[in-house]
Amino acid sequence: MKNPIHPAAASSQAFQIAELRPVERLFEDDEGKDRLEKALSRYPEKRAALLPMLGYAQERNGWVSDESMEQIAGALDLTPAYVRSVATFYTMYNKHPVGRHFIQVCTCISCHLREADEVFERFLAETGTRAGEVSEDGKYTVIEAECLGACGFATAVQVNDRYFENVTPDQVPAILDELD
Amino acid sequence: MGYPYSHDLEVNTLLSRHFGDEKARTLEGWKELGGYATLPRALEMEPGAITDVVKESGLRGRGGAGFPTGMKWSFMPQEPTGPHYLCCNADESEPGAFKDREILRWVPHLLIEGCLIAARAIRAQHVYIYVRGEFFPFSRLVTDAVVEAYEAGYAGENILGSGWNCDVTVHIGAGAYIAGEETGLMSSLMGGRAEPWIKPPFPAQAGVFGRPTTVNNVETLAAVPMIVAEGADWYRQWGTEKSPGTKLWCCSGHLVRPGTYELPMGIALKDVIYDVCGGAPNGKKIKAVIPGGSSTAMLTADELDCEGTYEGMAEAGSALGTASPIVMDEDTNIVRAMRRIAQFYAHESCGQCVQCREGTSWTAQLLHRIERGEGSLSDIDTLYHLCEQMTGRTICPLADSVVFPLRSSLDKFRDEYETLIRC
Repeated sequence: MKNPIHPAAASSQAFQIAELRPVERLFEDDEGKDRLEKALSRYPEKRAALLPMLGYAQERNGWVSDESMEQIAGALDLTPAYVRSVATFYTMYNKHPVGRHFIQVCTCISCHLREADEVFERFLAETGTRAGEVSEDGKYTVIEAECLGACGFATAVQVNDRYFENVTPDQVPAILDELD
Repeated sequence: MGYPYSHDLEVNTLLSRHFGDEKARTLEGWKELGGYATLPRALEMEPGAITDVVKESGLRGRGGAGFPTGMKWSFMPQEPTGPHYLCCNADESEPGAFKDREILRWVPHLLIEGCLIAARAIRAQHVYIYVRGEFFPFSRLVTDAVVEAYEAGYAGENILGSGWNCDVTVHIGAGAYIAGEETGLMSSLMGGRAEPWIKPPFPAQAGVFGRPTTVNNVETLAAVPMIVAEGADWYRQWGTEKSPGTKLWCCSGHLVRPGTYELPMGIALKDVIYDVCGGAPNGKKIKAVIPGGSSTAMLTADELDCEGTYEGMAEAGSALGTASPIVMDEDTNIVRAMRRIAQFYAHESCGQCVQCREGTSWTAQLLHRIERGEGSLSDIDTLYHLCEQMTGRTICPLADSVVFPLRSSLDKFRDEYETLIRC
């Protein structure tokens, strides 16, 4: 178990990370129980812990499987169908496994004006993948992202929980080297 | 002061003074810089008195709509019959806007102090800081700051021995633009899809968890401590009568010095773009500017001599929005840029209202067709028709958001559409 977290932080843990700690039953180990209990303590309704728990599942396993959704539904007295309706609404919950380095290239308007499309193409070329697929070695998935909120630092690229800013196509190989 | 560049204008900086200074991130460093000096004073004030100061200061919501903050607070019940909530909207996701992230990552304690004072004013006992999911590095900084605030007795039970309790929770989203709309934010916070709801009921009557709630933007709340400390008249020395104070401008696109700059309200848009940001790089001319984030009407290079206030930008036929100019130089393909904007709104429509779900998607597809050279002149009429259908007919303003840039681009750059169609 990681260091105990403050209850105020139970709903804000980064959930797109490289170092996974896979777990089959989310709420049977001490960490899962602790996270659930702390998240629940912050809201007057159980349902409000849903996003934090979807994030927790992804933090541990790298994606949110049907089994995870069922376990979360059980823990929060919700139906699996409802949990699925919420999980699929939000783009950041991966409904399939992704590469260890999940690379999101912002191609929205401000980045688009500053070579974002070229940066995106270069990431695909260098990783030998098509958009959204996992590279053969399991290392990379590259997708286009809608505005990452770093418009003055175009092109913005997010790799897991890190931002790379002012990225030009030529810098792509060096960024990939740094990730390894 | 700005970030990452500074500028030469004579401006007193209020919010951005410590941008770029690592020291401001920790509680210890922040206190040395004078932080948390206002909270004890606010704790001695009646909640109504805090609201009055903010009302007199003329502070207006920095999330885009410009609604008077003090007035919003005064809608909250004076005699609570149960819990009240404050939501800090840190879901910054309007394309072009990246100002709140600078507050989150450089002066998190300023935001927390603002949240607590605001919570005191609206008699809230829990503050939820809703940060967009992608902002992991910044939500981590805010979370660390909240934990420090708890440990130092600024948050939690019996704050600074005053007998007043107020919790603060950082809650992160997961990639939904519409969670930045206040009712969408509350839907999301309650564990739902971030679907906006029809008002009334207004948040001050029945908001998150069915209780009276105020939703304020990051930049708005960060301005609160200094207003309460220094007074309304002090704050009014900057800006105009109707739009007082300073504003964070975040400028992107084809600029020599893109970045976030704190400037007094009322500065001319052209001065922001040419003097502060250095105009377009490589000696190019500017073709168009979307001044307030991607959901505002485009202005041509000849229309930039307008006052940077809520009123001034409306008079110029656009909106101040989040003060996030997106600048396009003379080589920009307007149809392509507009297609990219429409694609964003098509992706982010929550799907509840037909006009928005279908309208944004068809807009993007039509623009793509014209961009590929496969359009017809009747497509322009269809786009205008879509503008009609998407205006004022939906639960929230997302559909309207695509209409403003779309209609203005059709009106002002029709020749570019026609050239692509005829070639």
